Amino acid sequence: MQSEKQSNSPIKKLLQSISDASLVPFLAILTAVVIGGIIIKLVGGDPFLAYKGLLQGAFGSKKALSETAVWATPYIFAGLAVALAFKGGLFNIGAEGQLAVGAVFSALIGYALPEWLGFDLPVYIHLPLAIFVGMLTGGIWAGIVGALKAYTGGHEVINTIMMNYIALNTTSFLLNGIMKDRSPTNVIARTPLIAESARMPEIFDGLRIHWGFVLALLVAFFIWWLLNKTTLGFEIRTVGLNPDAAQYAGINVKRTIILTMMLSGALAGLAGSIEVTGLNYRHELGFSIGYGYDAIAIALLGKSHPLGIVLAAFLFAAMRNGATRMQFLTQLPVDLISMIQALILLFVAADAIVRYIYRIKSKGERVVLTRGWGG
Amino acid sequence: MSESKIVLEAKGITKQFPGVLANDNVNFDLRKGEIHALLGENGAGKSTLMNLLYGLHNPDKGEISVGGKTATILSPKDSIALGIGMVHQHFMLIPVFTVAENVMLGDETVKNGSLDRATVAARITEISKQYGLDVDPNALVGPLPVGIQQRVEIVKTLYRNAEIVILDEPTAVLTPQEADDLFRIMRDLTARGVSIIFITHKLKEVLAIADRITVMRAGRVINTVIPSETDSAQLANMMVGRQVILTVDKKDHEAEEEILKVEGISVRDQRDLETVHNVSFTVRGGEVLGIAGVQGNGQTELSEALTGLRSPTTGKVTIDGKDLTGKSPRIITEAGLGHIPEDRQRHGLVLSYSVADNMALCDYYHAPFSSRGVIQPKALDENSRRLISAFDVRTPSPFVNAGKLSGGNQQKVIVARELSRNVKLVIANQPTRGLDVGSIEYIHGEIIKMRGRGVAVLLISAELDEIMALSDRIAVMYRGQIVAIVDAKKTTREQLGLWMAGAQVQAA
Ligand SMILES: Nc1ncnc2c1ncn2[C@@H]1O[C@H](COP(=O)(O)OP(=O)(O)OP(=O)(O)O)[C@@H](O)[C@H]1O
Ligand SMILES: [Mg+2]
Repeated sequence: MQSEKQSNSPIKKLLQSISDASLVPFLAILTAVVIGGIIIKLVGGDPFLAYKGLLQGAFGSKKALSETAVWATPYIFAGLAVALAFKGGLFNIGAEGQLAVGAVFSALIGYALPEWLGFDLPVYIHLPLAIFVGMLTGGIWAGIVGALKAYTGGHEVINTIMMNYIALNTTSFLLNGIMKDRSPTNVIARTPLIAESARMPEIFDGLRIHWGFVLALLVAFFIWWLLNKTTLGFEIRTVGLNPDAAQYAGINVKRTIILTMMLSGALAGLAGSIEVTGLNYRHELGFSIGYGYDAIAIALLGKSHPLGIVLAAFLFAAMRNGATRMQFLTQLPVDLISMIQALILLFVAADAIVRYIYRIKSKGERVVLTRGWGG
Repeated sequence: MSESKIVLEAKGITKQFPGVLANDNVNFDLRKGEIHALLGENGAGKSTLMNLLYGLHNPDKGEISVGGKTATILSPKDSIALGIGMVHQHFMLIPVFTVAENVMLGDETVKNGSLDRATVAARITEISKQYGLDVDPNALVGPLPVGIQQRVEIVKTLYRNAEIVILDEPTAVLTPQEADDLFRIMRDLTARGVSIIFITHKLKEVLAIADRITVMRAGRVINTVIPSETDSAQLANMMVGRQVILTVDKKDHEAEEEILKVEGISVRDQRDLETVHNVSFTVRGGEVLGIAGVQGNGQTELSEALTGLRSPTTGKVTIDGKDLTGKSPRIITEAGLGHIPEDRQRHGLVLSYSVADNMALCDYYHAPFSSRGVIQPKALDENSRRLISAFDVRTPSPFVNAGKLSGGNQQKVIVARELSRNVKLVIANQPTRGLDVGSIEYIHGEIIKMRGRGVAVLLISAELDEIMALSDRIAVMYRGQIVAIVDAKKTTREQLGLWMAGAQVQAA
């Protein structure tokens, strides 16, 4: 009855698990694209031309590729933020606010620190410091919610949403007030430009792709390593999967919840910092709108796996970026893209629909409603 | 009984799971109004066969016929329509729903667009009366004792007009009293023409209640016998394929110095009711102290308080001289505790982790399992392979998720982990629940070996036989208090039974 033949080569196993995990998202995307095409047809457009425009806009030229990567960068960071929390059994709806907080404080360090100090800083101090402060403040912002969850049981979904309101309104207040760019021509709620020493160097002349993109890929790998290869990752996952067993195993569940939220917030804060230091060189109200919510979708679509998130982030980035070209070619409204994104999500979230359409048998375990014992 | 007709027949059933042939050309039949017991060692394929009959899995090969007609059972919907009901090893109830809501779930009665709770409640009351299954249709399921939750499951099958009821290890979680009630209910059901398949590891129960007994081993049916023509030893032999020693060979052993000292602790449960009152005892190295008692008399809260899962409200707990009252599980573990928890799936395992990860669940953070915060997969792997073979855990590989193992093998993963650690004290709560006789023999042997090495063992068990077999001293717990502590050699089952039922202790 027993057989040892099971453990194939690790590579084969990896491929198998990748194809298992990506089957449903892939089919969800396919289905959404087909339905999107039908809708385009119904409103009188040409679906093939539309999708061609989308692809061209996203990948058709060096510039298109660079822009897609620019879009993907914050998506990757913020998607990782949401996914990390998911792994720890927490639903972080607050990436939006954490990202804004990180961006504001990075910008502050970026433009104000040299003034406060009265001298210029070298880039190897100023830039990392600006990024670090963005992560730290994002982490603290989320950590508050973690502490509320750990010590009072307050639900993180409600509290992160509340914290989003506070973060976004405070940002607006600051950007219209003490942090506002005082240059005489400015009427926009935005900070001054950050110092040269707080900016990331360019990768290529004339393209907007920046080192933040490379960093995003490295961080994705790091998060994978952290979750799967370290004792901290083991603790986070155990608390996420079975908090009772985690407590039994001697894991400090409260501390782990707070730490998970802080790490998640730090990643979201990093998304904001990188937008400031790598791309915009300032923070402006409206620059980051929606990233934090798209991140939830990306984490879902990527099944909370860092590689999946990178891919999902690219998909979202390509759709956002290609939409302009699509609109130019077909005169269709950009909102169609949001609709297709929504359809993809719908099919991923309600994967039963996809499984039904394509007759895939669920491999999942059967649902156990009250935990009895045994098996 | 032998002339009654066959209501269910499975022919040549084969089911392959990755790496395991769980059912291998199995033939099985059930006659009208009989109790057909299914025996077999852990992982023999009993639950799998039942899941196939119930439509939770589909067989690779073979044929099932119900009432003489070939049946296609692709999902529980089909089997329910054919009059088959199943009470799982795991209950499948929704705790925040009432009994009536749980019973109608999936088969809701609707009146004017809303759930017709009154009609359902009336039917439940009717069924309860008819079969002596006392349940209150309006009670919430969550707080009900397991014995009653199980009745709800049975009512649920009868509500759907089941004529064939499958009970997968129903008695493992029941007190002896509740088990007796269940047997009475089972007899009532068969008297009314219901046929029952009954899975258990308790040979006494099988001999007492079954009409026929089928024994499985390694996915195959070994034999079908009738109780009057067999006995425990023969059944055990058929199950395991070798002689099983049903008694524990225990040498006298000088107890050493005190390891666990409990002084006047009181504990409150999650409803904030005090369920342990002012309990004191000690366990010495090289000694097994058994705590006997009907389940629900404070044993759960007591063991939680000793292992750090819950803080006592008053009193003091010391292990090897260190005051560990109200300390965290990590600190207590590091002081030398091994803990086999009562609820294996709630505390003992992370079901979606591999067997290897689960076998290091309490030790993942130090050498050799990790170094500088990085997990060492090789060490996890070696450790699990060693334990899998030592404790005969039936798993295709160390990488399989613990949730894929059979119930008994899940238990063995925990026992192997906790008994193999370098500990001074073992707190074992229902250590052999759901295990087959062969595994029980082995684990009892391991506990006695630990005692021989000077480890202190606190054994909490609902099985009086287990308590009697292993303990040097026995404490009886009743309504949150220790009502007696006696030398195991100087007491009898009857005496313990009286104390467990609340009889006063005579000053001896
Ligand atoms: N869903 C599954 N996926 C993979 N393997 C499984 C699955 N369910 C059961 N198995 C394997 O099939 C075998 C038989 O398991 P089964 O649960 O039928 O045993 P059992 O006789 O009920 O044992 P126990 O007495 O321990 O409950 C085991 O080796 C188990 O690991
Ligand atoms: Mg079973």
